[in-house]
Amino acid sequence: MEEKIRVLVAKPGLDGHDRGARVVAAALKDAGMEVIYTGLHQTPEAVVEAAIQEDVDVVGLSILSGAHMTLVPRVQELLREAGAGDVAVFAGGIIPDADAETLKAGGVSAIFGPGTDTSEIVAAIHAAMAARPAAPES
Amino acid sequence: MPKVTSDPDRLAAFRKKAAAGARDFDFTTVSGQPVELFYDPSSVADLDHDRDLGYPGEFPFTRGIHPNMYRGRLWTMRQFAGFGTARETNQRFRFLLEQGQTGLSTAFDMPTIMGYDSDHARSLGEVGRMGVAIDSLADMERLFEAIPLDKVSTSMTINAPAAVLLAFYIATAEKQGVGADRISGTTQNDILKEYQAQKSWIFPPEPSVRLIVDMMEFCSEHVPRWNTISISGYHIREAGSTALQELAFTLANGFAYVEAGIERGLDVDAFAPRLSFFFNSHLDFFEEIAKYRAARRIWARRLRDRYGAKDPRSWLLRFHTQTAGVSLTAQQPENNIVRTAYQALAAILGGTQSLHTNSMDEALDLPTEKAVTIALRTQQIAAYETGVASVIDPLGGSYFVEALTDAMEAGAERYFAEIDERGGVLPCIDQGFFQKEIGRAAYAYQKAVEKGAKVVVGVNRYVHEGEEPEIPLLGQDPALEREQAERTRRVRAERDNDAADRALALLREKARTGENLMPHILDAARKYATEGEIIQVFREEFGEYHDPAYVL
Repeated sequence: MEEKIRVLVAKPGLDGHDRGARVVAAALKDAGMEVIYTGLHQTPEAVVEAAIQEDVDVVGLSILSGAHMTLVPRVQELLREAGAGDVAVFAGGIIPDADAETLKAGGVSAIFGPGTDTSEIVAAIHAAMAARPAAPES
Repeated sequence: MPKVTSDPDRLAAFRKKAAAGARDFDFTTVSGQPVELFYDPSSVADLDHDRDLGYPGEFPFTRGIHPNMYRGRLWTMRQFAGFGTARETNQRFRFLLEQGQTGLSTAFDMPTIMGYDSDHARSLGEVGRMGVAIDSLADMERLFEAIPLDKVSTSMTINAPAAVLLAFYIATAEKQGVGADRISGTTQNDILKEYQAQKSWIFPPEPSVRLIVDMMEFCSEHVPRWNTISISGYHIREAGSTALQELAFTLANGFAYVEAGIERGLDVDAFAPRLSFFFNSHLDFFEEIAKYRAARRIWARRLRDRYGAKDPRSWLLRFHTQTAGVSLTAQQPENNIVRTAYQALAAILGGTQSLHTNSMDEALDLPTEKAVTIALRTQQIAAYETGVASVIDPLGGSYFVEALTDAMEAGAERYFAEIDERGGVLPCIDQGFFQKEIGRAAYAYQKAVEKGAKVVVGVNRYVHEGEEPEIPLLGQDPALEREQAERTRRVRAERDNDAADRALALLREKARTGENLMPHILDAARKYATEGEIIQVFREEFGEYHDPAYVL
């Protein structure tokens, strides 16, 4: 049987807007993924610790406070330091286009703004998983 | 009430004829409530004019809280604003006042909302982003520079640390030579909806409610023109609730505050007149109007009949309205001007006391000066050009609106009964009851949009092919964060540190007693203790709250 894709949906930073994060979490679960939700007000350190502990394939960061240019690169940096640089990172929220381009250039797989269809997010995760180099035999 | 037709066969025949040939469309409200094709006197057969409607300004206030409504005084046009440091927001405030705005409304940044100073590690990247950064009295003084606090009323969207921000405001007024008895405004200060929907909490519910009751008590004595709590449905709706859930949960929270005040031993008429409400205005025009009308009627009945309030001012549900941020689209953003105008109209026809109209660019960034001006002009056009402010409750007596108002009231009563059965509002928060109800409604709506059952123009219908039109965005200078953090470090370096430390130590001591904390918070504020320092005392004494993290 194919293993389920494991996704951590995380709310780093201080804003409490979790409508999007919860809707996306429910949609990914309905799409057959294993979804872990961090809860609110997480530090980047706590997000990465959860990602490692849960051995996830994907981290989805939801940020609506405008702090994305600080928090997203910080999560990526901590993932790399923890040897989990292969975890695909997605971001969603109120993220202006110019910032989205910078984040994507920095290795974020995709950025989803308001009005995104959840099926688009599901498809993007599948695409990122398919593009991933096969895991070495162990 | 008009008589129902004396010929029931004729009505049945009409209904059959009219129901045929409907186009393929979801005719439920944006909340998913079915509506009839047509309403007639039989839809409101039980309505009793004097009992259920009354005259405007009279119990149960279904038609409005004033006998002359907008002919006496228009609603307050109050645009929510705040970004960057106190200096930037002070400029925006003065701009809005020059444009004819009649009240101020302050948006704080996330560190201020969560009780962290701008130089705290957790504030990194967040300072001045979602609102203005206020760390101490020094920032508040700058925020209201050249704005006389005895002349404007100021609303502050602040909850967990509301007591601290009110203390900064009182101390700022004192510095302007304005006594606390002469300032007016509102602190949102509605912590219950934070656990349910907005999720900006710091402490657990019990000590949070204690701080609120402390403020109610303090203000009824010293700040008589202050609205201590703005009981807010806005965020419940933004988090995804239906109109009915917004109405029911908000009023249930209101009842909980009243009960907390009564438990403290306060006379209900001493504080209830200072409670105010804050509702959303979403896209479903008539559903929103019915919601406001039902809210007034339910509140008046409960306050008089259950809580024994005798002062008619305690019965009045006064409310602010903000148009629905969540209805704004990032796609074809100019369309948001039109959405906002319809929503503003619903709020006005529903009898709001003040109104914020969203700017077209808010699904993308904080609003530019141009966008916020159009939003304000939308209100001014409604007020002065359309005639809608000339007649009170112009939809009163509409079979449809009256039937919908009754249905809203009945639905809310069912929710109140369920909340009571579950032990009340605080136990329901512990059980995640509100959170799950809201989350399920949000997900159901998202699925309806994705199936195309609910149309969102520009998103799932009439999508723009090719490039989106560009609108200018506000943006923010990243240097502001460093500048603000530096300023707060300077405040700490330059103040009388012994005095600040003594005030904080006394505050800690009092936090362990049942004594009202407000005078001690005010004292610490006057000594330039920072928000982060004051909140840290409470974090240590009261503990912190963590949310139940579940996936629907």
